[in-house]
Amino acid sequence: MPIHNAKFTSFGSYVPKKVITNFDLEKIVDTTDEWIRARTGMMERHYAEPEEAASDLAYIAAQRALEASPLKHRDIDMIIVGTVTGDHAFPSTACILQKKLGMKNIPCFDLSAGCTGFLYSVDVAKNFIENGTKHNILVVGVEILSKVTNFKDRSTCVLFGDGAGATIISRTERNDISRIIDSVMYADGSQSDLLYQPAGGSRMPASQETVEKNLHTIYMEGNRIFKNAIRSMYAAVDELLRRNKLEAKDIDWIVPHQANIRIIESLADKLHFPMNKVIVNIEKYANTSSATIPIALDEAIRDKKIRRGDLVILTSFGAGLTWGAILARF
Amino acid sequence: MDSEAIEAKVKQIIMEKLNVEESEIVPSANFIEDLRADSLDTVELVMAFEDAFQITIPLEDQDKLQTVGQAIDYLKEKLAS
Ligand SMILES: CC(C)(COP(=O)(O)OP(=O)(O)OC[C@H]1O[C@@H](n2cnc3c(N)ncnc32)[C@H](O)[C@@H]1OP(=O)(O)O)[C@@H](O)C(=O)NCCC(=O)NCCS
Repeated sequence: MPIHNAKFTSFGSYVPKKVITNFDLEKIVDTTDEWIRARTGMMERHYAEPEEAASDLAYIAAQRALEASPLKHRDIDMIIVGTVTGDHAFPSTACILQKKLGMKNIPCFDLSAGCTGFLYSVDVAKNFIENGTKHNILVVGVEILSKVTNFKDRSTCVLFGDGAGATIISRTERNDISRIIDSVMYADGSQSDLLYQPAGGSRMPASQETVEKNLHTIYMEGNRIFKNAIRSMYAAVDELLRRNKLEAKDIDWIVPHQANIRIIESLADKLHFPMNKVIVNIEKYANTSSATIPIALDEAIRDKKIRRGDLVILTSFGAGLTWGAILARF
Repeated sequence: MDSEAIEAKVKQIIMEKLNVEESEIVPSANFIEDLRADSLDTVELVMAFEDAFQITIPLEDQDKLQTVGQAIDYLKEKLAS
């Protein structure tokens, strides 16, 4: 039994202003609006400006989450940022965000788990709250994928967008119905080559050649990921349900990673879960990696879909491969 | 499972997953060209076979299942071994 309970206190999100439609992409690569919509459900995505970095989006999302909560800046005692497209290789984007927020004397770090980065970060935060070490942790999922996209590869470049979502995870009273109930997180590093950015790290440092060959961009075997994604998210959700003696019909909402509507529909189908209780916004933002779930949660709460007392499952998969699921009462 | 039962089950899965009439499911029918599936439908179809027959079909083998007949033959062989 943990000493304390953890709950989601508030959310905030931000996407950059520039909108890129499927029709805009038709002018860049050999693709069609029809193909993109049928295969992915995507219609638009937002791209950051050249001068905008991950911490800029994260800052606005974090400010919004703070404003939506009763908390002050000084109440935050830790920052975790889930991202694979941080401002720099180092220092962490969390430290840059700390500077922007004017917070002092707290630990700040980034967490790299591909598109599962937000769920992993929430899980870490949950443990710091439950063991009594921290009270209020700012968790952000942020990504600027448009800057690591290979616009010569039509099978990947249409899929990604930029955005940020933030939440504050707080210690809560035992009698509060709202709490993060359970989580499962997994990885399978033997499949790390299915989705990765080849150059820019110590394996293949930047050189003229890596730039010319477009190796600082996303490489993906979409077909293999597709099957893995459905199987892994289903297994994670199923494990959570069983362990908590729940059935799919007990769940009010599922908020899945927004990577492909076809993956989401297939997952819902396997779970015998109705699509009208699945939060979907992929048509507006495409895949923003670790930002998809916090953006979707922020919108669903503001649209009064997800309400206090609702039982919600979050589930994601991504590069690593990583995957996981979280069960929470809001 | 005998070969008739396998065949019946395969046809039923194809009917449900691809939303096609039973009369269209002939051995020569190609999932993409004749049964209007796209490449992602075929992945889901293979997953449905895996679930129904409790087997794993490696991705390398997926290309061997392009028609109804090929799928039935592949599954019969796989289940016999
Ligand atoms: C990426 C994805 C949509 C591609 O769909 P797919 O059906 O697997 O596509 P394939 O790569 O098999 O390509 C099928 C055909 O479409 C073509 N195609 C690929 N991208 C295209 C595009 N943007 N526009 C038009 N045609 C395209 C391919 O060239 C191929 O044509 P061919 O059969 O003539 O060779 C799908 O695999 C997917 O969503 N995978 C999961 C990826 C994911 O979620 N990643 C994020 C993880 S966090």
